Amino acid sequence: MTQKIKELKKKAINIRKDILIMLEQAKSGHTGGSLSEVEILLALYGYKLKYDPKKPEWDMRDRFILSKGHGCPGLYAVLADAGFFPKKELMTLRKLGSRLQGHPQLGLPGLEISSGSLGQGLSIANGIALGLRLDNKPCRVYCLIGDGEANEGQIWEAAMTAAHYNLDNLCVIMDRNRFQIDGLCCDVKDMLQMKMRWNAFGWHAIEIDGHDIEKVMNALDEAESIKKKPTIIIADTVKGKGVSFIEHNNKYHGTAPKKADLERALEELAEALKKL
Amino acid sequence: MVQMKPTRDGFGEALLELGEKNKDVVALCADLTDSTRAGWFRDKYPDRFISIGISEQDMYSTAAGLSLTGKIPFAATFGVFASGRAWDQIRISIAYMNLNVKIIGTHGGISVGADGATHQAIEEIGLMRILPNMTIIVPCDALEAKKATIKSAEYKGPVYIRLGRNKSPNITKEGEKFEIGKAMTLKDGSDLTIIACGLMVHESLVASDELAKEGIKARVINLHTPKPIDKDAIIKAAKETKAIVTAEEHLIHCGMGSAVSEVLSENFPVPMKMVGIRDRFGESGEPEELLKKFGLTSAGIVKAAREVLKLKKRG
Repeated sequence: MTQKIKELKKKAINIRKDILIMLEQAKSGHTGGSLSEVEILLALYGYKLKYDPKKPEWDMRDRFILSKGHGCPGLYAVLADAGFFPKKELMTLRKLGSRLQGHPQLGLPGLEISSGSLGQGLSIANGIALGLRLDNKPCRVYCLIGDGEANEGQIWEAAMTAAHYNLDNLCVIMDRNRFQIDGLCCDVKDMLQMKMRWNAFGWHAIEIDGHDIEKVMNALDEAESIKKKPTIIIADTVKGKGVSFIEHNNKYHGTAPKKADLERALEELAEALKKL
Repeated sequence: MVQMKPTRDGFGEALLELGEKNKDVVALCADLTDSTRAGWFRDKYPDRFISIGISEQDMYSTAAGLSLTGKIPFAATFGVFASGRAWDQIRISIAYMNLNVKIIGTHGGISVGADGATHQAIEEIGLMRILPNMTIIVPCDALEAKKATIKSAEYKGPVYIRLGRNKSPNITKEGEKFEIGKAMTLKDGSDLTIIACGLMVHESLVASDELAKEGIKARVINLHTPKPIDKDAIIKAAKETKAIVTAEEHLIHCGMGSAVSEVLSENFPVPMKMVGIRDRFGESGEPEELLKKFGLTSAGIVKAAREVLKLKKRG
């Protein structure tokens, strides 16, 4: 286990490098929210999810739904690393004719849905969870949402549906990086007590440090053990995690690093890798 | 005696049949289960019925998720909510992914009556027509609604079916073939063509009989599928009759008539008149009163026919 954790920590740094390199050459895209979700994605694809990159449509796979579609550079990097498609394809991000669209479009191996219009992924995840249950399939459904995304009313409609149908084959992870485009979530529209909200909606809720990969892995295990209700893991993260001048800097919500910034960022990440 | 039945009943009957034949068929409803007739399915197949509550956006995205597991979801509510309330969900969760979701919008048109403008769906053809991958069916009677529902389950991809609340006369026959995207010529004629869908098909047939008394031979086409549109039937009618009238219980902007005009203007322009609602909301009243007020009657179609014939004569 410790070996696995060490390996994933190293991988997190390399995934961050991939994200920054692909965003710099694309010259646009969502840097902050891609860097904040890395440990969550790795705990899923490196530990929890059942999948076969050679058979992306394998019907006994677990499903991962990226509801916060703008975080796709992070998912693309992790899917390429998991072997769903060649890593060199990452460099086609946002380019004409690419399977790596600016926001996810069905068709890229490993992607379960198209997304980008916020708030819809959780309802889709519910539908998949209901369908799998109707077929008595033991597969689980994981859905990543943002905290800003929880402004959307549809998130709460879906939260009610999941609890009403006791969807214990569903686990939501909230990448709570505390920022949305206009600024701090609490300034834009304060959602106050997030955990209490989900509890009140009938969910089992866990709060963890979303960059502590071991804690994310444990929370995913806990979610699987909870019966008769859905679970949400509220993962506290840092927007732009891993690069000093991008962390907490909301300028990087929807912009890519410039060449010089990329070089500085890669140096920092190389340093972090050495320290590991 | 003509049999009278609401088109929503045809949907309800078909869904029951489908439930028996295909275990992948599931139904969802947003708190209008009896009104939409999805309740008949719920009572027989409760395990495959998903009550979603008053949350249409959630319903259409949930239906998308179900279709991703191989289910064939029929998600029903009133047309106003099925089209407008959940439009972005239909755009992204369903149409963009080209998923096999069947959107059932009942209580379509002005003939909803007393409930008034908020509940009168007069924009759905437009709202759905502008979405790539979408198919739209507007059945003209309960039997056609039944066939359309069954065919839509066999068809892979998103389908919107527009249904009515009130009893309407049966026009089609049991043995007649229904094919998605293939218009039906109900009556031949050489002076002009009336292209209609839904409730207006019956009115068009009555109008055609009226016109016949004056020696005007009007062809009547049932364009039950505004999208994908049957271009061949429209162009053929334009070439052979050289005048077109469209009739629909819908806004003329972006509706079935607009779709017909797009085909004509690009391929074979001929004089055309559109019977429909012109740039306004509906209002409360008895269905018959409202249809009359908005000119959605055989008389309204006859009037449009005379006008289009004048234009044709002028050349």
